[in-house]
Amino acid sequence: MLSLRVPAPTSFDFRRFNAGGLDRRWRLSRDCLFSLSPDFAGRGIGFGVRSAKSEMAPFTAAEEETLPEGLQPELMPKHVAVIMDGNGRWAKNRGLQPWDGHRAGVEALREIVELCGKWGIQVLTVFAFSTDNWIRPKIEIDFLLSLFERTLKSEFDTLAKNNVRISVIGDSSKLPESLIEVINEVEEVTKNNTRLQLIVAVGYSGKYDVVQACRGIAKRVKDGEIEVGEIDERLIEQELETNCTEFPYPDLLIRTSGELRVSNFLLWQLAYTELFFAQELWPDFGRSGFIEALMSFQQRQRRFGGRKS
Amino acid sequence: MAEVPGQISCTGGGISQFFERVCGYSRRCLFRVISMGPLPNHLAFIMDGNRRYAKKCGQEEGSGHKAGFSALMSMLRYCYELGIKYVTIYAFSIDNFRRKPEEVQSLMDLLLEKIKALLEKESIVHQYGMRVYFIGNLALLSDQVRAAAEDVMKATAKNSRVVLLVCIAYTSTDEIVQAVKKSCISKSNDIDASGIYKHDDTDSDIEGMDMEEQEKRIQLVDIEENMQMSVAPDPDIVIRSSGETRLSNFLLWQTGNSQLFSPAALWPEIGLRHLVWAILGFQRSHSYLEKKKKQV
Repeated sequence: MLSLRVPAPTSFDFRRFNAGGLDRRWRLSRDCLFSLSPDFAGRGIGFGVRSAKSEMAPFTAAEEETLPEGLQPELMPKHVAVIMDGNGRWAKNRGLQPWDGHRAGVEALREIVELCGKWGIQVLTVFAFSTDNWIRPKIEIDFLLSLFERTLKSEFDTLAKNNVRISVIGDSSKLPESLIEVINEVEEVTKNNTRLQLIVAVGYSGKYDVVQACRGIAKRVKDGEIEVGEIDERLIEQELETNCTEFPYPDLLIRTSGELRVSNFLLWQLAYTELFFAQELWPDFGRSGFIEALMSFQQRQRRFGGRKS
Repeated sequence: MAEVPGQISCTGGGISQFFERVCGYSRRCLFRVISMGPLPNHLAFIMDGNRRYAKKCGQEEGSGHKAGFSALMSMLRYCYELGIKYVTIYAFSIDNFRRKPEEVQSLMDLLLEKIKALLEKESIVHQYGMRVYFIGNLALLSDQVRAAAEDVMKATAKNSRVVLLVCIAYTSTDEIVQAVKKSCISKSNDIDASGIYKHDDTDSDIEGMDMEEQEKRIQLVDIEENMQMSVAPDPDIVIRSSGETRLSNFLLWQTGNSQLFSPAALWPEIGLRHLVWAILGFQRSHSYLEKKKKQV
């Protein structure tokens, strides 16, 4: 399922584990990640452990990978959005614990982020935590958010080094102050990075975004800045939280695990987005699934209501 | 004894009627079986592929839209026979005005003809007790089409058995803009300008806020009640024909949790099997979702 975790940049400065030293259980509690489902309950709390083997070398411009055969560079989407669904089911199918599923999910996300950076995709938006998830027990939410905070802090340097810009969108009103501070700091430090913009949707839903945009507009009307009659689509676009990027509208939305719905992830921004529903569970998605989604995207005829002559 | 031509045509007509009766009976049996599981309350259709169908058949474009209309009538009958109360169709998008003027005019002419036909005695409206809504920026339509649409809405206002929502001169973003404007106007005297989420608006602050102040802030419900589509519940299923998998600015607000199906068939080729397949898919995921809801 979706993880409330730092979206992986292409490499990490892992604390190296001494296999013979620490008790595995203690390491789990120190370095675990939580995940939550954006859909209804039932996926369970998960712990994902970053393994030493998943450390990757930072990519540089010199290592820019040529596209796989079949993909055309001029038809690559600029903005890809992902609903990472299926970690819990993946673990259950294998008789594993939910945190193993989320651990595998982290690896899958890491791979996709790296590929986006290498293949020239400029924006990747991931659905980490939905407004629907606030109905979970408070103790679960508190633990999850504190882990998210610790992970962000530890990944700070790596993000900066890899030229990845992090933006967090969503309703921060319910987040702890300390987490908000860390988010603001990460956003500030990485704001000039240009390789890839990683947008993490936390406490987000499409309707929430439109409502907060509406409030922003209402304020401007009240201040006399604009008239009600001047409210149009462009004005709403400017107020949506995806105004943090030059390309706010995903060209392609991928949802894994076979569910055929968008679950209130983005709304306005999906007006003309090509939707791709992959059967695989998120941990199985990986490079081949991503290539399949991109190939499907490149074959689509996008007419935007007009006519293809 | 040799049969005379009249007898042959009577026999031919009789066979055709018999065949129709058998089909109808089979369909009703099938619907009875499907109805044992949960049924969607609201189905939405994006009727894509009419022009490609005409091209495929080597005919002029207009014939594709006419064939599409027949397919629509069949689908409506199936839906209402099955007991689905609400059906929404994407008839004409605001984006479609960008097409060639001749094509737009021919579409408008067809729409006018079919809208007027809804008021005829033998029409589907009377057969099913249908209430019709025309959803969209009707001011963008010609006076004739708009007047016809308004007549139909007025004439069917008392019907309540089934509902047809026709999205015409519609985009979801336009619907949201209109709802936002209405919300601003209705709250314009008491909007709390400080009620912007990104500031220190924690739950405790909101609770500490004066109740009156809270009411001044635009809420989700304010926008929702001003949406034109608020006359119907959210769609359970959206079916887009012709294999394209995108919403094209259709019901973005309402389809957050809708099941999306995109059969490869062009709209005039859409048939009962596609509807049944979509409903079976809905029933499969419906039980999973209900289970998840109970676990919350």
